[in-house]
Amino acid sequence: MTDAQRLASAVAAAQASRTKAWSRRFRLTWGAVVALLIIFIATSLNVEIGFMTSATPFILGGIGLTILVSAASITLATVLATIGALGRLSGNAVINGSASFYVSFFRGTPLILQLLFWYLALPQVGIVLDPIFCAIVALGMNYGAYMTEIFRAGVQAVPLGQREAAAALGMSNRTAFLRIIAPQAFRIIVPAIGNDFVAMLKDSALASTVSLHEILWRAQNIGAQKFKTLQTFMIAAMVYWVLTIVFTALQNRIETRLSAGDRNTAVKG
Amino acid sequence: MSDMKQLSTTPATHPVHPAEKPGVLVKPGAEPVLKATNITKWFGENHVLRGASITVWPGETVCILGRSGSGKSTFLRSLNFLEDPTDGIVEIDGVIVGADPFHKEGGERQERIREVRMRAGMVFQEFNLFPHLSVIENCVEAPVHVKGMDRKEAEAIAEKYLAKVGLLEKRDEYPSRLSGGQRQRVAIARALTMQPKVLLFDEPTSALDPTLVGEVLKVMADLAHEGRTMIVVTHEMDFAHEAADRVYYMDQGEFAEVGPPEQVIDAPKDPRTKEFLSRFRTLGAKK
Repeated sequence: MTDAQRLASAVAAAQASRTKAWSRRFRLTWGAVVALLIIFIATSLNVEIGFMTSATPFILGGIGLTILVSAASITLATVLATIGALGRLSGNAVINGSASFYVSFFRGTPLILQLLFWYLALPQVGIVLDPIFCAIVALGMNYGAYMTEIFRAGVQAVPLGQREAAAALGMSNRTAFLRIIAPQAFRIIVPAIGNDFVAMLKDSALASTVSLHEILWRAQNIGAQKFKTLQTFMIAAMVYWVLTIVFTALQNRIETRLSAGDRNTAVKG
Repeated sequence: MSDMKQLSTTPATHPVHPAEKPGVLVKPGAEPVLKATNITKWFGENHVLRGASITVWPGETVCILGRSGSGKSTFLRSLNFLEDPTDGIVEIDGVIVGADPFHKEGGERQERIREVRMRAGMVFQEFNLFPHLSVIENCVEAPVHVKGMDRKEAEAIAEKYLAKVGLLEKRDEYPSRLSGGQRQRVAIARALTMQPKVLLFDEPTSALDPTLVGEVLKVMADLAHEGRTMIVVTHEMDFAHEAADRVYYMDQGEFAEVGPPEQVIDAPKDPRTKEFLSRFRTLGAKK
């Protein structure tokens, strides 16, 4: 081994050990913070293990509804965002203007206000919607507005040269969009849908205000009966947290798979 | 805007430049396959093209030279309406499309533009291959989805042209796995698979690593020699000299000099062409 090679391997070893030490400190920090939190809760908040174990199954019973509402809402939002993005990309002033209004209004007002509107205002004109329907419509329309802009950006992120190449081959705008632009935009958009689904899992807790029996509603009600909402809220928080971690991991796997199939990552020649 | 026809300066008959004579590979009596008349382009207050006209017979290769910003790419892109000219008429293989700066014409003009584009294959500086499609899919996409050609038939044609550009063994690769030179050769095969009447090259080697320029120019020279009709915007003097029937020198949006390469490149008459070439010789004195 030459001196130069010895130097190189010494540098590499030092780098590896620094990386390893960093991850050790990172994990220790997590452990310490979680331990402190548990100690604080256990010592100062009158935790009753008996009550918490009996309340937990009831709260967990809301997971299904939370996921159902989130999944239905993200589906609605995806449909609306697709229509909205096409509208925002349209050369037609009426269509573009309508889509622009939708985005502006639903992004410009609070989500909880929109939810209460569907729940409280519509009965006054004789339309009574089931709470679950209200929640799905409110979340779907609101997220649809945000996702409209994401979808539009995804389409616009496809290089102009792709449009020109498609046009130069004689493709109509429609063919070019469906066969060339949309498939490339899709790869940009999918991770964003995943992100929004995870955000939706948490925002679906707002549906508790329209008495939908999802996780937060259950925590609130069983806690209120025994004047122990603090403890049930802690359980609800843990449930949401775990759900988020699980779905984020799932999303990362989907993204990894998508980018593994993405042949557009290599450098330009 | 009483009548926009009055605003147009396009002549009723296409003017053929005295130096525009059918090249050596043109069959006797053949009519021009491409005529562009008085192509004019304003970008706002900027007069980019000042009424440039060109005549190309089937089988010819013509090169357009000029410094950057002279309008040569805009001119080429006007021929298939990637740039919509402000004035002028393009006729390719009998399909005629005029400028429509006031958007008076509707979908029927768009259809004619598509007809023009199907007859004029284009090769871009930046290749513009479709990254989500394999090499063979890149080639057959338009024949199948624009011309309605049978996929098997389109693949057979594509394979023929991939073999011609020397990339048949890459038929199932994706563009990101190819070098720049290979990508550009696939782009040429893609354009050829549409079986166009004219090929338009927009500085096809300018984005390439210098070591990869040769393989693309060789494919282009082969196409020129076998009688493909080509209009090439380029800075490659040697290619123009060797392959072109005619060279056009563009300066400030008009053709300052037109003629055979031996004249325009070796013995330019126009002072603007002279100056450009002398600079080119000093800066690019590689040969």
